[in-house]
Amino acid sequence: MSDRGAEIVDTVAQALASKTPLSINGGGSKTNILGRSVSSDEFQTLELGQHSGIIDYHPAELVLTARAGTPLTEINAALANEEQMLAFEPPTFGGRATLGGTLACNMSGPARPWSGSVRDMVLGVQLVNGKAELLNFGGQVMKNVAGYDVSRLQAGALGTLGVITQVSLKVLPLAEHSVTLVYEVDAQQALKIMNERRSAAKPLNAACWVQGFLYLRLSGAQPAVTQTAKVWGGEEMPNADEFWQKIREFEHPFFTSDHALWRFSQGPTAAVQSEFGDILLDWGGAQRWLRGEQQRDDLVKSAEDAGGHVGLYRGGDRTGEVNHPVNTVQKALHQRLKHALDPAGIFNPGRLYSWM
Amino acid sequence: MHTPSNSAPAQVRAQLLQKLSEVLPADAIIDETEAQRPFECDALTLYRELPLLVVLPSSVEQVQQILQICQALSVPVVPRGSGTGLCAGSMPHPEGIVLGLSKLNRIIEIDALACTARVQPGVSNLSISQAAKAFGLYYAPDPSSQIACSIGGNIAENSGGVHCLKYGLTVHNVLSLEVLSVTGEPMTLGGQGLDSPGFDLLAPLIGSEGLLAVVTEITVKLLPIPELARVIMAGFDSVDNAGNAVSDIIGAGIIPAGLELMDALAIQAAEDFVHAGYPRDAAALLLCEVDGTVEEVETHIARVNQLFEAAGATTIRVSQSETERELLWRGRKSAFPAVGRLAPDYYCMDGTIPRGQVAYVLGEIARLGAEYGLRVANVFHAGDGNLHPLILFDAGDPNDIRKAEEFGAKILELSVAVGGCITGEHGVGLEKLGQMPSQFSEQELLQFEEIKAAFDPQLMLNPGKGIPILKRCQEYRALPARHGHMHGGES
Ligand SMILES: Cc1cc2nc3c(=O)[nH]c(=O)nc-3n(C[C@H](O)[C@H](O)[C@H](O)COP(=O)(O)OP(=O)(O)OC[C@H]3O[C@@H](n4cnc5c(N)ncnc54)[C@H](O)[C@@H]3O)c2cc1C
Repeated sequence: MSDRGAEIVDTVAQALASKTPLSINGGGSKTNILGRSVSSDEFQTLELGQHSGIIDYHPAELVLTARAGTPLTEINAALANEEQMLAFEPPTFGGRATLGGTLACNMSGPARPWSGSVRDMVLGVQLVNGKAELLNFGGQVMKNVAGYDVSRLQAGALGTLGVITQVSLKVLPLAEHSVTLVYEVDAQQALKIMNERRSAAKPLNAACWVQGFLYLRLSGAQPAVTQTAKVWGGEEMPNADEFWQKIREFEHPFFTSDHALWRFSQGPTAAVQSEFGDILLDWGGAQRWLRGEQQRDDLVKSAEDAGGHVGLYRGGDRTGEVNHPVNTVQKALHQRLKHALDPAGIFNPGRLYSWM
Repeated sequence: MHTPSNSAPAQVRAQLLQKLSEVLPADAIIDETEAQRPFECDALTLYRELPLLVVLPSSVEQVQQILQICQALSVPVVPRGSGTGLCAGSMPHPEGIVLGLSKLNRIIEIDALACTARVQPGVSNLSISQAAKAFGLYYAPDPSSQIACSIGGNIAENSGGVHCLKYGLTVHNVLSLEVLSVTGEPMTLGGQGLDSPGFDLLAPLIGSEGLLAVVTEITVKLLPIPELARVIMAGFDSVDNAGNAVSDIIGAGIIPAGLELMDALAIQAAEDFVHAGYPRDAAALLLCEVDGTVEEVETHIARVNQLFEAAGATTIRVSQSETERELLWRGRKSAFPAVGRLAPDYYCMDGTIPRGQVAYVLGEIARLGAEYGLRVANVFHAGDGNLHPLILFDAGDPNDIRKAEEFGAKILELSVAVGGCITGEHGVGLEKLGQMPSQFSEQELLQFEEIKAAFDPQLMLNPGKGIPILKRCQEYRALPARHGHMHGGES
């Protein structure tokens, strides 16, 4: 636990002066996922792991502020002491995932469609921009509409818009009770059930289909969960926490091969893309994982037909584009925004797209 | 009063009128001063200005053509929804046009399976929920102005409502936007999924007060209507006790659907206005709504009841029917107009503070009120710390206006000093430009400028609002005089 804020600003200032690209690294848990792999010789690594520690936590305010390098496991432990949690269930990657990296990668787990994402829970950030200025946006209160929302803009930007040094988040009470129901059905049937139950006013907060089984998690006040479980039927899963843990940590057998792994984020109602092979449906159908070598163009088309996007999450060829293409208007806007926050282009160049 | 600007060359106006007439029907262009009056301000009526022209397009193509014409003639564009804003955000620019979006008012599609609605920007907030009701769904953010305010305006302000503690603000309930850039280029931001490739462009757009792009279509998330919702109302003989009760509820692990606090003057005003049965002698009133399945609501009502008793509530009442629930809310939802009856005018502030500071902040506000000799009523989104002090004054008295303005500014600065912010949901607009430097450093303000320029390099979309322009203010020709100061209604 230490404050390395001043050093980080210095490092950025030097990189700016010498035009050295910086490779920003938290705990290193996501170095080889999500983004492109970019040659590291001319890059200097900016380590954030030492810039760590919870700065402020007020359970009654539902707000926690921590330095970007704080491991999620440390945050989870502090929250659990007060019977609270990060409602977006981010993966901890064996303790290596940090708060800053989680925001930069916009990483959220199974509860995301119902409880929101890390992007949704962010209240404010402190960051160093590409001019080596330490800036604060948003704050530590639930509502704040002064100025543009630079905090949420960091979600998914993979550190290309600034070095996130501190994050304030909304946290929530632990669910009083959870039950997971299991159904043995094929993917099409599973999707149908997920779609029907989305519009039921019941405490559903995770819905995943993998390898022949549909898992629905109910979470909330005990009587509501129990009553809904009775009405919905299905088999109650023992040790369900372990199952969800494996899904969110990519430790479920579906994920444990070295195959290329693709992530679709799309409209939840579109038909299952079974033509591409093994698929896992999460987020009630709005997030789908696909294994194996694939023709990227085919996947891109499929994702767009479903109103979404696809990226090469892990493995495969990471030297080409790995994220979903954007059109020329969007590309120009991306470049102008990048320039607005990082005029010299020193933060993680090429990581999100080759052209930025 | 309004002083029409003479600096815009008459030639530009004539050219503009001619070009616009080529793409718009005559009734979509408002040229006459008297007909423009309804557009001279938003709901913060102290700030008034007349534009060159008001245009009311009825299709996205027309909006695009209007933007292209204005771009060619370098005419500023001020987007406008229903004009219910409380920060002079849609107040006209003297050398620009008002782009009124009220005729784009179609609900295009409700997808009951995906739980989404695709709507045009001029659709009112409430009508989305009304249309979704047939499918057992609703749109969660519910500003008190929901009968009138447009969803486009909600996007621009990132509006909240009494149900935001549990269900989030506008930014949490929008999936995608179709927008036109200042040059009329179309763009889709977001999609049908829960995130987007590349940068999250919804983030800067939502809450950007019409400064970054014109929103022409919105896809919002719909939620299942809860099986049951009940309100529990409690009166307290001190703000402190009510504030503690709020912390107790959150501490017990309950996230109510709504949690609102009103102070004595607000309680009395609301009670006189709607006769909801509020305890007129209470120092503070809490309204706590819990929703969910029948079983969940019963459990939580019982627990909140206990917590209120333990916190020293002097009266407690639980809604026994939908009618009673609506009645209890009606007092809160009409608090602004109710307080408005107590004086010729009221000035609504919008700071957010850490919840734990509420008793201190209300104490300070009372002290300042005495100092300025102005009465103030307070309504508070207690769950999320968003405070609305309503300062009573007389806009016919220039001295009263000055005092109200100063008092308001002090309240916002106080909000920042206790760790909060100057606006939780109403936006900066023209009104709060003067307080932006109390929340942001110069470097931060310059960073906002750079972001603005990335979307709108010539600063043509709603110029002079939202963010104080430091670097460019000399170059820019038509910033309204005296940022952050009232410059209308003074005579
Ligand atoms: C009695 C009362 C109660 C209120 N209660 C609440 C409340 O509970 N919560 C809350 O958050 N607010 C509240 N408000 C404030 C106001 O209703 C909201 O800010 C609302 O979102 C404004 O919507 P509008 O359509 O009236 O927008 P307008 O006032 O017309 O415009 C607001 C801003 O949006 C921009 N804009 C409008 N449409 C577009 C578009 N299509 N594209 C780009 N920019 C656009 C304008 O340029 C302007 O900057 C209240 C106001 C009143 C008068």
